[in-house]
Amino acid sequence: MRKAAVALLVLVTAAGCSLATEQKPSGEGQKVTLVTHDSFNVRKELLEEFQKSSGITVEVRKSGDAGALTNQLVLTKANPIGDVAFGVDSTFASRALNENVFQAYQSPDANKRYQVDDTNRLTAVDIGDVCVNVHTSGLKGVPEPKTFDDLANPQYKDMLVVESPATSSPGLAFLLGTVMRFGENGWKDYWTRLKANGVKVVSGWEEAYNQEFSGTGKGARPLVVSYASSPAATPDTKALLDTCYRQIEYAGVIQGAKNADGAKKVLDFMLSQKFQAEVPEQMYVYPVREGVALPEAWQKSAPLPGDPEATLPAQDVDRNRESWVNQWRSLVQG
Amino acid sequence: MALVPLAFLTLFFAWPVVAIIGLGVRVQLFDTLTSADTWSLVGFTLGQAAASTVVAIVAGMPLAFLLARCRLPGRGLIQAIVLVPFVLPTVVVGLAFRGLMPGGGVWSIVLANAFFNVAVVARTVSGLWASIDRRAEDAARALGATRLRAFTSVTLPALTPAIGSAAAVVFLFCSTSFGVVLILGGAEYRTLETEIYLRTVQLFDLPGAAALSILQLAAVVTALVIGAVARKRRQAALKLSGSKETARRPVGGEWVVVGVAYGVIALLLTPIVHLISQSSLAGFRALSSTGHDNSLEVTGFRAALNSMGTATDATVIALILGVLSSVALTRLGKTAEFVDVAMMLPLGVSAVTVGFGYLITLDALPGDLRTSPLLVPLAQAIVVTPLIIRILLPVLRSIDERLRQAAGTLGASPWRVWLEVDVPLAARSLVTAAAFGYVVALGEFGATSFLARPDAPTLPIAIGRLISRPGELNNQMAYAACTLLVVVTVAVAVLIERFRTTVEEF
Repeated sequence: MRKAAVALLVLVTAAGCSLATEQKPSGEGQKVTLVTHDSFNVRKELLEEFQKSSGITVEVRKSGDAGALTNQLVLTKANPIGDVAFGVDSTFASRALNENVFQAYQSPDANKRYQVDDTNRLTAVDIGDVCVNVHTSGLKGVPEPKTFDDLANPQYKDMLVVESPATSSPGLAFLLGTVMRFGENGWKDYWTRLKANGVKVVSGWEEAYNQEFSGTGKGARPLVVSYASSPAATPDTKALLDTCYRQIEYAGVIQGAKNADGAKKVLDFMLSQKFQAEVPEQMYVYPVREGVALPEAWQKSAPLPGDPEATLPAQDVDRNRESWVNQWRSLVQG
Repeated sequence: MALVPLAFLTLFFAWPVVAIIGLGVRVQLFDTLTSADTWSLVGFTLGQAAASTVVAIVAGMPLAFLLARCRLPGRGLIQAIVLVPFVLPTVVVGLAFRGLMPGGGVWSIVLANAFFNVAVVARTVSGLWASIDRRAEDAARALGATRLRAFTSVTLPALTPAIGSAAAVVFLFCSTSFGVVLILGGAEYRTLETEIYLRTVQLFDLPGAAALSILQLAAVVTALVIGAVARKRRQAALKLSGSKETARRPVGGEWVVVGVAYGVIALLLTPIVHLISQSSLAGFRALSSTGHDNSLEVTGFRAALNSMGTATDATVIALILGVLSSVALTRLGKTAEFVDVAMMLPLGVSAVTVGFGYLITLDALPGDLRTSPLLVPLAQAIVVTPLIIRILLPVLRSIDERLRQAAGTLGASPWRVWLEVDVPLAARSLVTAAAFGYVVALGEFGATSFLARPDAPTLPIAIGRLISRPGELNNQMAYAACTLLVVVTVAVAVLIERFRTTVEEF
């Protein structure tokens, strides 16, 4: 028995050694490194298909959220860790542009409607709206709320759970949504009303959606700040389309990329019909390309919110974010 | 001998950290340092860490007694259970505590931190306790001391170095705990660690982050120096012996302590059982897949294998570094304390700081380590090494120098002395240290999440990812993966326990 245990231990150690089993990617064709955030997802077969048709092997490197990604790109500006980046969103775009992290490239497939930069250093790839989600049967007979104002109505007392804008990206989007709706001077007033109406603040989406929200079966609150796309994965819920804030995710060819030509092809690939059609189910966001049909379940339960203007100018966000979050903090948590 | 670990530390810790802090050092530093907000952050950080440390020690001591001194059935399993909290991802434990204590608040932070760290106390203290010759205690008893008196005046002083060691580690872990504070603090309670993350990642306020990192370092160094001074006064040679003679069936009042220990185990099991109860058959089946809508790039089982492989590498590296440092520390004179404190520092510095530090420094090394899969076990080893030192050092220092001198006088070379005196006496602790290190590496999240590549996630990373995407299957799969992590941990611990008994028979 003991001998067996020792043998097993040795075996586990040997088999487990990750250094010994490391594999080198096959050296054929060229390689492009895509730097992105944790939420990036793409079907393996699609990448393989792209590899066959273009000869480019895409190596994906993920780290953290959109903020961590942008910061990483800025810090490694002098010696970039990749060729093309995906996932800098509207909140962080102006930071990336000011720091000159990306080089100009106009993809033939770029959707001009979502252009953020005159010199085309960033190209929109997908749209992700943050909206209040409602668990329809969790309302227990109360009619569904529609607008921001409704949420402060005593009818919905103790029903809403939101994420802190200090620690969560949907939380920040929701705060920005209220700034957009009520203006620089009115948003604090609105949050005072929300607070009086028993809004609950938690630190992250996981907790808000999986633990506090009644739509996922565990929590007690039927209203939660989540994404326009969430209802596609959670039955009996829907997004309140008048409470949305639009976040656009961009891709760009990194300044000083070792393989800039390859990077451009990868960017084109991300705008291609095939990639765009899979964006909803892979990343829970909406395609930017016109004429790409949403999956059937989405068309029913998670259509794209209509208002394309539901977003603040990137420079405003960049300039005021810290002070808004600080004001929010002392208002809601002070 | 201390040079190898120190060089490693410099390359993979000091250099990156200094570089990233250096980027942010501006005049503005003083504004941050003098603001009242900053000092309330420091106060809360240290306060919650101190409270968590006290709770962990109070809960860990009966366990240490049980593990070191009692020969009871199921001891191996208990040893394994105690390790489990350490591998569980903080996200999931945070959510479990949230479920068990819906009110949240400071107490849930303290308890969750203590939950993670009881193992440190139990393991570190029982390592020394099991090696202490029981006869001194028996002599005190024979001379008429009560059991309690014998404990407080004979055993406790002998254990102080290990308790001090454990307290230092727990304090560091708690003052840099991130996930727990984030989730249970409800975005209301903040620590230096969460604020550094916020400033670095969300606000790009590198000067602010640098100022806070410097404060964090200063606080950690102060705590370590106080710990080192306290330990030094207590350090004395003990008569160590093999474990066989020190463990026996508990008698009389000892049963009370055993009862308390079982109570602590029950408390430890509560969140674990809560987690396991959230997993489902569907979740387990899903482990062989990549989750709802391919949330993962590899299957759950593949992630588990990655975890084990990386943890093995990290443990091997950390054992080499840890043993070298510990041996050097017992031989060094005045510089020993300095080296000791230096090796502990990585536990007290934010993973974000180190992670971003890597980005701006490691490209200067050949082969651009920034993007290498090698970096994950290296970074884990940095975290594991101090733990190994903390377990080995009290034992090595307790070895009576006269034993070594005697061996030397009899003609043994220094190497031979080490092999014949130190190794047999420390072997048990070495295995303990290895098991503990392996488990810590298995559960490491902070640094790993920064460095792991998407095609090779570890299990904790996979869990974090599953739980952050919608879809009920992902949720169930995440909890099933937690259960898998628990099972792997228990299996490794039991296996190593068997291995350890084998070692002792040599």
